[in-house]
Amino acid sequence: MRTEHLALSARGVKMQYRDRGTGNVLLAIDNIDLDVPDGAFVSLLGPSGCGKSTFLKIVNGLLPATAGEIKLHRVAKGREDAMVFQDAALFPWYSVLDNVAYGLVCAGVPRGEARKRAAPFIDLVGLKGFDEKYPYQLSGGMQQRANLARALAVDSAILLMDEPFAALDAQTREVMQAELLRIWNAAKKTVLFVTHQIDEAVYLSDRVVVMAARPGRVIADIQIDLRRPRDLSVKRTPEFAVYEEQIWRLIAGQYGKTPQPDAAS
Amino acid sequence: MTETAAFRVIHARVRKRRNPVSRWYRRNERAVLSAAGIVSFVAAWQIGADAGLIDKFFFSSPTDILAAGVAEVQKPRFWEDVKISAIELGLGTLIALVTSVPIGIAIGWYRRVSLTFDPWLNFFNALPRVALIPLVVLWAGLGVEMKTIIVFFGGFFSIVLPTVEGVRTVDRQFLDVARSFRAPQRLIFTSLVIPGTLPFIVSGLRLAVGRVLAGVIIAEFYAQTSGLGVMIARSASTLQPDRMLFGVLIFTILGIGLTEGIGIAERYFQRWRPSIDLEEAA
Repeated sequence: MRTEHLALSARGVKMQYRDRGTGNVLLAIDNIDLDVPDGAFVSLLGPSGCGKSTFLKIVNGLLPATAGEIKLHRVAKGREDAMVFQDAALFPWYSVLDNVAYGLVCAGVPRGEARKRAAPFIDLVGLKGFDEKYPYQLSGGMQQRANLARALAVDSAILLMDEPFAALDAQTREVMQAELLRIWNAAKKTVLFVTHQIDEAVYLSDRVVVMAARPGRVIADIQIDLRRPRDLSVKRTPEFAVYEEQIWRLIAGQYGKTPQPDAAS
Repeated sequence: MTETAAFRVIHARVRKRRNPVSRWYRRNERAVLSAAGIVSFVAAWQIGADAGLIDKFFFSSPTDILAAGVAEVQKPRFWEDVKISAIELGLGTLIALVTSVPIGIAIGWYRRVSLTFDPWLNFFNALPRVALIPLVVLWAGLGVEMKTIIVFFGGFFSIVLPTVEGVRTVDRQFLDVARSFRAPQRLIFTSLVIPGTLPFIVSGLRLAVGRVLAGVIIAEFYAQTSGLGVMIARSASTLQPDRMLFGVLIFTILGIGLTEGIGIAERYFQRWRPSIDLEEAA
């Protein structure tokens, strides 16, 4: 193994909570170990309920873990991590520029300065000229671009992305996947990307970490050796199909082992 | 086999180009119809009164009210009353607004403040506050102060309850964004809680318009010292329905003006919202 910096290192992360109705203790995440090297694009892939979004929220500090430890590579200045949310979650009363500058304002940068520093990220995500528009004037894909720009603007070491394209239509989603790779290439970020779409994970990632539900746990960690830079035509190659097949089998295999009330048997 | 009509054919409707008059009407339908409604009511009243079908002794008539108004605005006493009522209304509403919004935000945001003050809010909201007038008179006498306090009561509770509600319904996903970027508490208020609550504050203000106007009239009726309410009460008891209705008309116009003003302020503060055209929505 190469010796390289780890942007993120998680050991024995566990998350349990008590169901308010029944009083039962539910294990949402059981013992997750995960290393994300600097500059890598790693996806967490799994069915809904496998705790992948919960894990991301723990990394981001929005939720406290029950047990375990997460180390984020410390950076000289600024944030270690920044979140790209599933629903764009742009403040409707702020212009695009003010939304993108929001993370900087939170970090104590004065508003004028924050807007100046945020502006280049609007260009980077392809929203040039939309600075003063309000979110309602943007399409779903454009809102997700602004959501991404807001996280990029704080210049964090690692970008946490929580199913950011799940709500988009299939064609916009593909465009956004290609755009994300372009931006990732330009911004040189480490990315931890959560998704339930196999093709999305394979297309984007250096590594796909496959998770299973009840309790949420890691069942495989697959290196994706597709040449970069990748364009969308990669999805039509035999190598791509092999990865998809391999991961699909892993996930489908889980449905046989434990009784799944919502699986189509 | 019998031949049946197997298809129902739906034809396209060719839009006819309308003539300029009907185009103008369609654009201004709202203004035209509401003006027509007002004009025909006033005209019917006038004609009925002139023909003796409506007893002027009880109901006056539009021209009599107008004449009473023209006479009234030439009296210095009238302008003194207007000044007093305006001070009570303006001061009471202003104090209500600047106190109810921060208090409402504190109650809506901090759980412990809410648990402590919720019973009091419910108590004072259920209380018919005009019943407190005699008590307020004990505290503050029969002057402007007492009437301002009554106006304040009407405004404060109209605004504080929607404000609390607004803070409690602030969208959780925006809160997650603020927390994710480690927004300081002050920024959470200014960037998130206040803009999110603004529509609720505005609807509270709309409710307050009616309540503060009622408050000032009732307080002036009770105190019988000065103000337009006194002018209304005295005119009725001295059998001058035209002068009385002129006073009522002033309050009505004031209420409409305040509501319109709130609407203009609302459109300015809510320009980030897609505008819904009443005509199109209907």
